[in-house]
Amino acid sequence: MNQNLYDVIGLAVAACFIMALKGLSSPKSARRGNLIGAFGAFVATDLVFFAPGMTHHHKWWILGAIAVGVLVGVPAARQIQMTQMPQLVALFNGVGGGAAALVAIVEYLKLGSTASTPVVLATVFTVIVGCISFSGSIVTFLKLQEIMTTRPVIFPGGRFVIAGTLLGVLGTAEWVVHSLGNTSITVMAILALLFGVLFVLPVGGADVPIVISLLNAFTGLTVAASGYVLQATLLIVAGTLVGASGTILTRLMAAAMGRSLFGTLFGAFTAKPMAAAATGEVRTVKSGSPDDVAILLNYAQRVVIVPGFGLAVAQAQHTVRELADLLTSRGVDVAYGIHPVAGRMPGHMNVLLAEASVPYEQLVEMDEINPTFPQTDVVLVVGANDVVNPAAKTTPGCPIYGMPILDVASAGNVIFLKRSMRPGFAGIENELLYDPKTTLLFGDAKDSLTKVVSALKAL
Amino acid sequence: MSNGLALLSIFVLSVFIGFEVVSKVSTTLHTPLMSGANAIHGIILVGAITVADRADTNLELGLGIAAVVLATINMVGGFVVTDRMLEMFKGKPRVKKEVEITGGEAK
Repeated sequence: MNQNLYDVIGLAVAACFIMALKGLSSPKSARRGNLIGAFGAFVATDLVFFAPGMTHHHKWWILGAIAVGVLVGVPAARQIQMTQMPQLVALFNGVGGGAAALVAIVEYLKLGSTASTPVVLATVFTVIVGCISFSGSIVTFLKLQEIMTTRPVIFPGGRFVIAGTLLGVLGTAEWVVHSLGNTSITVMAILALLFGVLFVLPVGGADVPIVISLLNAFTGLTVAASGYVLQATLLIVAGTLVGASGTILTRLMAAAMGRSLFGTLFGAFTAKPMAAAATGEVRTVKSGSPDDVAILLNYAQRVVIVPGFGLAVAQAQHTVRELADLLTSRGVDVAYGIHPVAGRMPGHMNVLLAEASVPYEQLVEMDEINPTFPQTDVVLVVGANDVVNPAAKTTPGCPIYGMPILDVASAGNVIFLKRSMRPGFAGIENELLYDPKTTLLFGDAKDSLTKVVSALKAL
Repeated sequence: MSNGLALLSIFVLSVFIGFEVVSKVSTTLHTPLMSGANAIHGIILVGAITVADRADTNLELGLGIAAVVLATINMVGGFVVTDRMLEMFKGKPRVKKEVEITGGEAK
């Protein structure tokens, strides 16, 4: 294929990606935007086989590898439960970073002594950041999947180890740039992988989505750098778009959670494990039966349901909708209070409730619902904890301090449906549980809700 | 303009476009947007195919092929999972307006 034609089609694909991101920023056009992006990627992948200078020596290997990738990626994306979707995105981001690092390593092996310094630097940059993105994403995956602890992992002298590793990476990078060789690049890649792990370990569970978004932006930049090395304009445009929009998105997410980006990433370096307040003291909570809960709800004028990740885990979306419908039919005013980061990621809860076809007009965002809590008789908190924890306002120094919360404490009664007294994802005790106006109903959220619904029907 | 400078210009302009397109996005769409952007960087597949095609040694071919597999998972999986998320958003903007109206009346 003629180079000019190739470049023109490449430009059209770049335009597809810009339209895709633009589309994804508005609910009306989001799905179309994603499809435009997918179309662009499909065209670009076909096009590269007709690129000028292709040898086609390994065509069958490449086509086979694409088939393997499709066979792994599509079923994973189709079959994943929506509750586990954040970790899948983390994993996809990680493999993308890994791919960029591998591309750069192959390019590096091919660099002769004639390679210009900017090209060598871009290659080294891609290998380092791609490796960090890869191993960092794997750690976020393990945290979200709860294979490893969701609490910040802080070990003595941790910050010196992290700083040391970073210096090691930069030191070997210097070595890699000056003497092209296999050993130096291997050592550098291993150190960068290690740094990625150490970088994410101290981040607490609730902040993990911010880190995924940041690593996503990192991967974008590595793709842009590979584009520079390979002289592929499309990769530069696509990678830079993701890098820039990912940076903005990371800041927006951090703002939605009331966190500073710097604090999220480096807070753990200085954080001391919180002294457990009032240890040994036996504190009483008021637990109720499904019947008590049904009575409270039935005679309320206004009920706000606060869904959390626990609701999704128990697959209780449909039961909660049944309860809400029943209450509405009895003249109770029902709304859902949706915290921006309810679930595991900003907007995650909206996706989960939409899946259960909860009427969208009942989903109310935090800023709109907070002023209505004083007029609310009963708040039903289903499997949520951190997003209603007053410690975010009252306890400076706790991991969620400063995060805006749903102000449920100002409502008449609060009912918590919880599996146990175990703290939430961020690992902090919730004072509200001990409040006299709080009633707890222990058990699996779906189970408890089903019992409440039948108790309500019997009233 | 030299080639390097042309590429730098493309880079800088792309940064501004990237900032611009997502500057006003509601929290509801943060997750799908992140996932969609994630799928777009799967375009590294083009780079992976290029290096695998040029491979001269078995080591280069092996690494290149591994890169093709990983990049394909990133790209294809990313677009599919984003579509699954967005499938649930259909018909929402219209209803969203109603929420704002009833919300206003309640106050």
